[in-house]
Amino acid sequence: MKKEDRREEKNPIQDLLRMDRIPHIWCPGCGIGTVVTSFAEALRKSEIDLDKVAVVSGIGCTGRVAGYIKLDSFHTTHGRAVPFATGLKLANPELKVIVFSGDGDIAGIGGNHFIHAARRNMDIMIICVNNFNYAMTGGQVAPTTPIGANASTAPYGNFEYPFSLPYLAEASGATYVARWTALHLRRVTKSIQEALTKRGFSFIEVITPCVTLYARRNRLGDGLNLLKYYYEKSEIQHGADTRTLDISYQGKLIVGKFIDKEKPTFLDCMNEHLAKKLGDKYQPYGVNNG
Amino acid sequence: MKKVKADPKGVLTGSHYLDGDYALAEGALAAGCRFFAGYPITPSTETAERFSERIPSVGGVFIQMEDELASISALIGAVWGGKKVMTVTSGPGFSLMMENIGLACMMETPLVIANVQRGGPSTGLPTLTGQQDMMQARWGSHGDYEIIALCPDSPQECFDLTIEAFNLSEIYRVPTFVMADECVGHMHEKVVIPPADKIELVERKWHKGPKDKYLPYKLDKDQIPFMIKAGDGYRFHTTGLTHDERGYPVIDAECQDVCVRHLVDKIIINADKIIKLEEEEIGDAEVVVISYGITSRVTTKAVQQARKAGIKVGTIRLITVWPFPEKRIKELAKKVKAFVVPEINYGQIVLEVERCAGGQAPAILVPHCGGGVHNPDDIFSAIKEAAK
Amino acid sequence: MTRFGDLKPKKGKIHIEKDLCKGCGFCVEYCPKDVLELSEEFNVKGYHPPVVKNEDDCLYCQLCETICPEFAIFVTQKKEEEEGEKGESRP
Repeated sequence: MKKEDRREEKNPIQDLLRMDRIPHIWCPGCGIGTVVTSFAEALRKSEIDLDKVAVVSGIGCTGRVAGYIKLDSFHTTHGRAVPFATGLKLANPELKVIVFSGDGDIAGIGGNHFIHAARRNMDIMIICVNNFNYAMTGGQVAPTTPIGANASTAPYGNFEYPFSLPYLAEASGATYVARWTALHLRRVTKSIQEALTKRGFSFIEVITPCVTLYARRNRLGDGLNLLKYYYEKSEIQHGADTRTLDISYQGKLIVGKFIDKEKPTFLDCMNEHLAKKLGDKYQPYGVNNG
Repeated sequence: MKKVKADPKGVLTGSHYLDGDYALAEGALAAGCRFFAGYPITPSTETAERFSERIPSVGGVFIQMEDELASISALIGAVWGGKKVMTVTSGPGFSLMMENIGLACMMETPLVIANVQRGGPSTGLPTLTGQQDMMQARWGSHGDYEIIALCPDSPQECFDLTIEAFNLSEIYRVPTFVMADECVGHMHEKVVIPPADKIELVERKWHKGPKDKYLPYKLDKDQIPFMIKAGDGYRFHTTGLTHDERGYPVIDAECQDVCVRHLVDKIIINADKIIKLEEEEIGDAEVVVISYGITSRVTTKAVQQARKAGIKVGTIRLITVWPFPEKRIKELAKKVKAFVVPEINYGQIVLEVERCAGGQAPAILVPHCGGGVHNPDDIFSAIKEAAK
Repeated sequence: MTRFGDLKPKKGKIHIEKDLCKGCGFCVEYCPKDVLELSEEFNVKGYHPPVVKNEDDCLYCQLCETICPEFAIFVTQKKEEEEGEKGESRP
């Protein structure tokens, strides 16, 4: 690791942030900033060429991440960050494309795109910040809201079954699936580092506090209370069966790295197959990159 | 604007017997399109099929996405990754793409969308022709913006206008539409594809200056900002939110005013350079028939009959439908008795003609709700009516 | 050969960007050496930023830096460290 001169009185993370837009819009106690810090640390540690990293966000609180990170970043439409990232990656396979978006954006409106990108094993990484609601619009129920939790459009408590995102990711074909909470700072960093150097569809879910909406509507306290809940109830089970990862309201949180396997990516498959069928006539594309 | 010659790898030089859909694909390849993300929809599927067949030997990517929403999103991503991109669709898919067409306009992303129109609304007549998405091309997405739309009347034009569409989209950094229809799309005709060095293409307006001075949306003299792509170290940001020169969101009325006016004005002030019309015998015309696409070919027959009957009738074929040739129509409205507007819908472009005529000459619609082309006799009757 | 007793703990110097703080209290709660506490003063937004109680206790673990959602606190290593030691925190 490059020996940074830490004697300057400047927070090293500022090199990766658009400081002209800080302070950010997230609430006091919101975990998104913490995930961004873990992300920045992972980028530094992995020594990846930052000019070749692109961040794509959708709409929502987490969707604002793209606007604060000093990399090639795109703030796209609701739910469409994953296909945008697909197009970006396929157009320039040298890029490392990271989708940094929320649970509603990725698994709600973007659900279909999520499962197809995983199915194709697109070489992109998804960091899904899960705060159990649609926060930006005021705390509505989301496909990840636990049963019984209150939300603005479920004022008597949610009665719909929620997704287990790691289960969905694995079933769709993801090759790296992990779940952490915002409190597992350095494990989030490590997971992101692993995913950065891994080819294939990586999915990292980070459960984070949403103080102003999810916590307030459910009278769960503030950010510290939610972090305490993560501390008390989370249990690391690497390699756990993703079918056992459901989260009940304020219940056990099984975290860890569940899937880490190798599988040819979309471009690998495309190149191999078409080369076989067309021989010399085939013009290979993005070989060994995507 | 920088002009370059086409890459011979994508140009199928020669004389071919192709249908319009195939010609759209060949036009795209000749124009340098190396990324296609689409979804099958009748009657446009053949374009996607042709592209998927040809692209492996040209070099590039064809991906059939899970729906049109994904297709248009992937296209925009691919443009920012540096590629020239296209997709093809029809009515229902066009509707699905609308939100992200807005995103493409807001981010000033050059791309080409071909709409092989069919009878609508909703599932409508999947296998039969229509021209019912003309207004939607202009107004389909929410908010204020302007786009460019071209209308081919033959497979040859499907080829030529696709190349033109790519050039226009690069010059003005705007989504450009090729509004074909099922008739032209499924019609087999001779398509002559010239040698690569005879095809002139406009290169993307790349920024070549220092990285630290670059502002993604700072306007150049021609009102179009310079473009870059991800991976070149610019660390830029772009968003669908109203933004300033830096590409950062600014949520206030002042920034909105600047943003919106720019998106509209960049096309309006250049309308004269963009608009292409084919006019015949306008000079002393008493009646002018305005048509586009396949309807213009049917109109030819009706106009022949009318001229034989002694009516002084001129024709305007709209090669460019959007931006609409307001000035020309306003000018002619002072001289002619009436306009006749045959179209395969229940009145869309006729509304524009009426608006531009400003009450000085009536615009007589000859509608056909879709499923076939006009009977030339109907157009002839309307011309007779107009000449009274 | 370094004897076990010769090893010295790292020391850190804490920098707080007071006006970025939103008073969430994460750094105070999770500092393993209880180095920080929320101050009585208000910052420009009306929050109580943290203040260092006893800097000598800081072990340069950088947990406050990593957990802060506002990028408002960071730690630099104090100059007494031996030459050649890398500025890495223990995971």
